[in-house]
Amino acid sequence: MLDLTPKEVLERTALRINPCKTCQPVGAMYAALGVRRCMPHSHGSQGCCSYHRTVLSRHFKEPAIASSSSFTEGASVFGGRSNINTAAKNVFDMYDPDVIAIHTTCLSETIGDDLGSYIADMEIPEGKTVLYCNTPSYVGSHINGFFNMMIGFINYLTKTTGVKNGKTAVFPGWVNPGDIRELKRIAGLMKLDSIFFPDQSGVLDAPMTGKYEMYPDGGTTREEIAALGDCEAVIALGEIIGIEPSEHLKKKHKVPYTLLPMPVGVAHTDAFVLALQKATKTEVPRELEEERGRLVDLMLDSHQYTSGKKAAIFGDPDVVIGLTSFALETGLIPKYVITGTPKEEVARRVRALLDSYGVTDCTVKANADLFELHQWIKNEPVDLLIGSSYGKQIAKAEDIPFVRAGFPVLDRYGGTLLPVVGYAGGIRLAEKITNALMDRIDRDSSDEDFEVVM
Amino acid sequence: MTERERLLEKYSARVYKNRKDHIVQLEETLDPRSIAANTRAIPGVMTARGCCYAGCKGVVVGPLKDVAVITHGPVGCGFYSWGTRRNKAKPDEHTDKNFVPYCFSTDMQESDIVFGGEKKLEKAIEEAVALFHPTCIMICTTCPIGLIGDDVQAVARRTEEKYGIKAIGYSCEGYKGVSQSGGHHIANNGLMKYVIGTGDKQPKTKFSVNILGEYNIGGDGWEESRILKRCGIEVVNMFTGDASYESLKSAHLAGLNLVMCHRSINYIAEMMKTKYGVDWLKVNFIGVGATVKSLREVAKYFGDAELSARVEDVIADETAAVYDDVEYYKSRLTGKTAGIFSGGSRSHHYQTLLADFGMETVIAGYEFAHRDDYEGREIIPQIKEDADNKNIESITVEPDSEFYRTKYSPEEIVALKDGEYGIELDDYGGMFPEMDDGDVVVDDYNHFETDELIRLMKPDIFLSGIKDKYSIQKAGVSSRQIHSYDYSGPYAGFRGAVNFGRDLTMALYTNAWAFVTPPWKHEPMLEGRIGE
Repeated sequence: MLDLTPKEVLERTALRINPCKTCQPVGAMYAALGVRRCMPHSHGSQGCCSYHRTVLSRHFKEPAIASSSSFTEGASVFGGRSNINTAAKNVFDMYDPDVIAIHTTCLSETIGDDLGSYIADMEIPEGKTVLYCNTPSYVGSHINGFFNMMIGFINYLTKTTGVKNGKTAVFPGWVNPGDIRELKRIAGLMKLDSIFFPDQSGVLDAPMTGKYEMYPDGGTTREEIAALGDCEAVIALGEIIGIEPSEHLKKKHKVPYTLLPMPVGVAHTDAFVLALQKATKTEVPRELEEERGRLVDLMLDSHQYTSGKKAAIFGDPDVVIGLTSFALETGLIPKYVITGTPKEEVARRVRALLDSYGVTDCTVKANADLFELHQWIKNEPVDLLIGSSYGKQIAKAEDIPFVRAGFPVLDRYGGTLLPVVGYAGGIRLAEKITNALMDRIDRDSSDEDFEVVM
Repeated sequence: MTERERLLEKYSARVYKNRKDHIVQLEETLDPRSIAANTRAIPGVMTARGCCYAGCKGVVVGPLKDVAVITHGPVGCGFYSWGTRRNKAKPDEHTDKNFVPYCFSTDMQESDIVFGGEKKLEKAIEEAVALFHPTCIMICTTCPIGLIGDDVQAVARRTEEKYGIKAIGYSCEGYKGVSQSGGHHIANNGLMKYVIGTGDKQPKTKFSVNILGEYNIGGDGWEESRILKRCGIEVVNMFTGDASYESLKSAHLAGLNLVMCHRSINYIAEMMKTKYGVDWLKVNFIGVGATVKSLREVAKYFGDAELSARVEDVIADETAAVYDDVEYYKSRLTGKTAGIFSGGSRSHHYQTLLADFGMETVIAGYEFAHRDDYEGREIIPQIKEDADNKNIESITVEPDSEFYRTKYSPEEIVALKDGEYGIELDDYGGMFPEMDDGDVVVDDYNHFETDELIRLMKPDIFLSGIKDKYSIQKAGVSSRQIHSYDYSGPYAGFRGAVNFGRDLTMALYTNAWAFVTPPWKHEPMLEGRIGE
């Protein structure tokens, strides 16, 4: 596996090998699927839409709907106005969504299609919404696409009535439906009156009923998005993915925000719970405190299998920051931490975490790729690899225990239904990590060293 | 009202006008059976189609194991086509080169779009050469490259001069043509122009073939090769599953081209016939009956009594080996109905395999087929070119002065094709003849039509792609992916047929289906007696 990867590292400036990121539009599509009765629409050639729906379906094992402007060479020369007009009409006729959420592609961006004016001139059926955002594939990563789509919704839908609605908005960031359910449960325990935006729970984990619903009962409603402008405050989870939509809402409606790391592990979940406590002035219920206690108990019980073990962590910015924090809490050494997203802020935050634990001699890099990570591992190995499915190639090549987390996980089932966030998510991650490390000890033990009790 | 009419009546006038010619309910009386195909998709209909890049890089050139295929464009397209099509490959013995698990992209940034990306591409090639020393580099472009005007063919020429290796540029921007099909054509042209015919490695044996349009998904090509090898037939190349640039160079020296996926590779089959005189035979190794038929046709083509006898021995042996399994799965599957929506070939191929198990295909459709894939190649002269097709280059070739040779005279070929046991040489009859009255055929199917047809025709199982899989399953119908085989397979040949029967049986009978409706939905909520 990956037999052609040499140990010797060559500085590259042009060739991306085995990327740790993908392009903006898929993020926009995922964000839009977190809105009730919304059809994500890809304004470009139909291959983009097909690829994005495919990767989302493969990750969630669920239908991922989206339509395309199906550009041909003619549209690429003359612009996509007639394509989007035809598309919107057909989508409303055939699929009857409440909202069409358009994102651009590198094709429509390069020719400079002005979606704002196309939509302004469009005949939109009564009671329906068409909105858009720009998602040039040659800027940032899929993470940018996700927050740009949120901004698109804010641009078109949020309002202020002048009267606060007493609610707190929670921006969960790019997480799985299982995570959103867990975040909502915690918010509920803390008695937060909340609007989660976007919210893919109920959409990308729809139950099996024998009847296909194109728009399952999930997602943030248009009314809820409109009400974001009247919210008391925003709690944005994920410092990288959350800042721009939070800033945008603040600028538009003066809604203050608290930016928090993705609540993975004890400390980051504590920060979330404290923010909820501040918002609701509610005492942390015993149930939640006991959950926390169970997680810490588990970490202490199993610490000898994680302490001092070296881990390589890769993935999207906020996931990587969260996983690094939790890794440090369990005594793991995050030897290599990379994200493919070109945001130096990620590296800065990861380094700050390492410093806070006095952990040195680690390599942290944004705008990196998996080929590079593999080469580092060849030069100085690690005991554990944590990241998306593409890590399995490295794990096989170097025979490293591997824990799947982040996006995309294409080769396992059920992961999107369960959380990595919150104390419950911590318990799940702790079990996954210790099992991976302990299975390895079992596999490699000689018969006389093979332990029944560990 | 027929299912077709009930489906179409839901459309607005404009969409109806377009779609009515792409949806056919077959009738014996309707002669010739005809369909519209290979025209642009309607924006907004949620077509299953992909793009030109997906056809060129994703399907045809991506599987070449000793080629560093660099996607020139923003990172997404390379990422999505990385390890996602199951083109199984093992490095050849004399080399360690296997680029299939890798993804190479120029990861174009905004400044590259503004100022042009040729320099970055050349730097990327320099880095690829330094790291991997490939003997061949292929460049596949994505949408913005065509718009900003990077000349990848010129970069390829400079690469050849600078490093003394083969380099080929494919301008396969996603917006070209109307589907993946344009990309297949572009890839075929490139292989024909720059690869096939440049080598001189003679086949080792008397009976040698290339299998064209075999991408070795799930190891299909290996099962086909296993069977052919037992018969004494050498598979020189697969196009392009488990294939190498090195080996494709000498593809023109094979004795016969077998064509699996007609849609994606017929251009090469035709051009090799014209340029090198190599005949092609449309085969189908999907299904026991179909495999037997195809093997006999190959034997008939070579016209060697010893070979024919060996082929019969292998057929007897292989069919006996799978007989019990096939009969068992047949007992579970007989009488079930199926729908198949695939790219451009499988909807035909799999009907024969389903028939082996006593199943009937009542709905069939293609994403990107042309009229000849439905109606047969005799329709080709009548197909009118439109602006979208014209944008895809068609190349013409001449008989090669050095390598052109024919096995049979034109008269002998007519004789081979004639009669009850005639073989379909250099020709393909399409999918329609396989299908019965009342069956529905859909070209460029979309989400709405899939949904509606399942409701109207209630097939027991539906074979389609990942984008449809879960909505079909949610509707309570068993669903298997016929592009990736849901990570099972191989499905080709004798052993593959058994795998397929097993997988279909699992899908239809898995215990979890019994739990879809909770018990309280049909139990009374209150218990008690009236009058007490």
